[in-house]
Amino acid sequence: MGKTLFDKIWDAHVVSSKEGFPDILYIDTHFIHEVTSPQAFDGLRQRGLPVFRPKQTVATADHNVPTWNQHLPIKEELSRYQVDMLTKNCAEFGIELYGLGHPYQGIVHVIGPELGVTRPGCTYVCGDSHTSTHGAFGAIAFGIGTSQVEQVLATQCLLQSRPKRMKIEVNGQLQKGVGAKDIILYIISQISAAGGTGFAVEYAGDAIRSLSMEGRMTICNMSIEMGARCGLIAPDDTTINYVKGREFAPKGEEWDKAVAYWKTLYSDEDAQFDEVLSFKAEDIEPMITYGTNPGMGIGVTQHIPATEDFEQKEQGSYKKALDYMGLHDDEQLLGKPIDYVFIGSCTNSRIEDLRQVAAFVKGKQKAENVTVWVVPGSKQVEAQAKAEGLDKIFEAAGFPLREPGCSACLGMNEDKIPAGKYCVSTSNRNFEGRQGPNSRTFLASPLTAAAAAVTGRVTDIRELLNEGELVG
Amino acid sequence: MTKIFKHIQTSVVPLPIENIDTDQIIPARFLKATTREGFGNNLFRDWRFDENDNPKQDFVLNNPTYSGKILVAGKNFGCGSSREHAAWAISDYGFDAVVSSFFADIFKGNALNNGLLPVQVSDDFLKKIFDAVFADHTAEVEIDLENQFIKISSTGEQESFEINPYKKACLINGYDDIDYILSNTEKIVEYEQAPNPLRGNRSGSDKHL
Repeated sequence: MGKTLFDKIWDAHVVSSKEGFPDILYIDTHFIHEVTSPQAFDGLRQRGLPVFRPKQTVATADHNVPTWNQHLPIKEELSRYQVDMLTKNCAEFGIELYGLGHPYQGIVHVIGPELGVTRPGCTYVCGDSHTSTHGAFGAIAFGIGTSQVEQVLATQCLLQSRPKRMKIEVNGQLQKGVGAKDIILYIISQISAAGGTGFAVEYAGDAIRSLSMEGRMTICNMSIEMGARCGLIAPDDTTINYVKGREFAPKGEEWDKAVAYWKTLYSDEDAQFDEVLSFKAEDIEPMITYGTNPGMGIGVTQHIPATEDFEQKEQGSYKKALDYMGLHDDEQLLGKPIDYVFIGSCTNSRIEDLRQVAAFVKGKQKAENVTVWVVPGSKQVEAQAKAEGLDKIFEAAGFPLREPGCSACLGMNEDKIPAGKYCVSTSNRNFEGRQGPNSRTFLASPLTAAAAAVTGRVTDIRELLNEGELVG
Repeated sequence: MTKIFKHIQTSVVPLPIENIDTDQIIPARFLKATTREGFGNNLFRDWRFDENDNPKQDFVLNNPTYSGKILVAGKNFGCGSSREHAAWAISDYGFDAVVSSFFADIFKGNALNNGLLPVQVSDDFLKKIFDAVFADHTAEVEIDLENQFIKISSTGEQESFEINPYKKACLINGYDDIDYILSNTEKIVEYEQAPNPLRGNRSGSDKHL
């Protein structure tokens, strides 16, 4: 019987497999950042252990960093301390750090791929649930807790039970104005925020195949929002062309050998999945979430459900979510005034996202009632955006291009959405308080966010796109 | 060394809400500590306290009626962010076990690595626990890890639960994953040196493999 892509990669990384025990899985590269690593380094000190393979560890500071005036010291004392602690730990344990001020600094899931560290066939972990992003290259990548960060620092391995395998196919032609973010929000709205729990999800089908690497990363990034252990997409020419020539990508003969191997990485035709789901690309509208988990999403023209649509035991949780969001049963979000627009995060802060937003806002002005934050995912994305003049387009539209970091995705740094305010956000989570205490998040695509920035309201991007316009 | 867990019998704290994410358990702005202690003070921070840091009377942790070492919550508990701080906060507050009808993956692993036992029960049994505790707030629940069962003491109703046998042994004996993996160091080095198509998948860079 054939093997799934996931099993091919997993099997190639098993150091030891013993009945009744989780597998000891070899980790090719371990990404670390300032928030989930300090206690792990402390653990190593207490055990008197070194970092086992420092060259296979990549570090950056992203969660706590300001996205304005990054050349100045971080204002908030605890944030500054945590970032300083990462610098100190990396120096002590011999780990290369792409910290503030470094030309490679950025959100950990943006810099790995753009540096060519992320490649097909490898295993990646990070103390961050959006590590699933790297699966877009046909790799196994997932988030871990701090005890496991310590484990990987100490051994370059992770104890892990093999998850079940799910295939999600999306076939057909996407509507104009509908992109990768809409696909993944649609899938999660169909199978719920727990629908993928316990599974490694492989995305397939021609609608997935047609996406750029940036789009595929957006899809895999949000695998965790349906509870999946990881998400992955078989590598193809799009993948290979993206990796080629990047800073740490293989070169010369090594490259040829790597590509030959990558071409063997796909699910065999007779491979068995524990579950297979299929969706039609034509059914997907521009999506927006209305609730307090990413499964609570609708097409932008639809109405939100009524409490009575849910089973009795779920009604309390649903009502709590609507109260928090200041919405009522059966409401339509289309036309609803909003206060903030956030374009950024490890989901949608890559150059393609910024290009798409710039192409739409060019020659337009942001609405007066809206504050717009555009935050590049990395120093390299920022530099590229400036080289292409995107920063000038944003400035002319009434908002500046900020500096890289996790920003308003998680209410940990200076960028927070104020209490009670509505934010159309390209990030990945709409949990209560996620963007700041009592903030209210509508998750959407970069294009839908750009449309809201211009109109000041929840908007159907399809109505604003000219016939034949290429964005989307 | 992991905290040891074998058996408990206590009253429980009911939190019948579904999809409780780790941002609710411990909001990101409290993740700035660089040690594992003290997170209990901010457990469920924004549900527990208002914007002026006054306790919200309607939240269960502020209700003196309910206490105990077991937190009982709705399905898909611990979804979202991988922050282990969530498990640390629950444990630091004084809970030894969390009962739900469904756990998010990463939270479950983090809890097990910290001696906090996640017990997954059926929807029906979860409802029975809620019914018992709302009928009598002193109702006790017994969790026996060795024999893998959970029991409502007053009614005698019980259900068995699943746990990975390795993690069970870790909890009962205080074993630690790192010690186990390190005992396999030779195999790890062997793996690294064996012929492997991924060896051609290296950059030759002096910074990263």
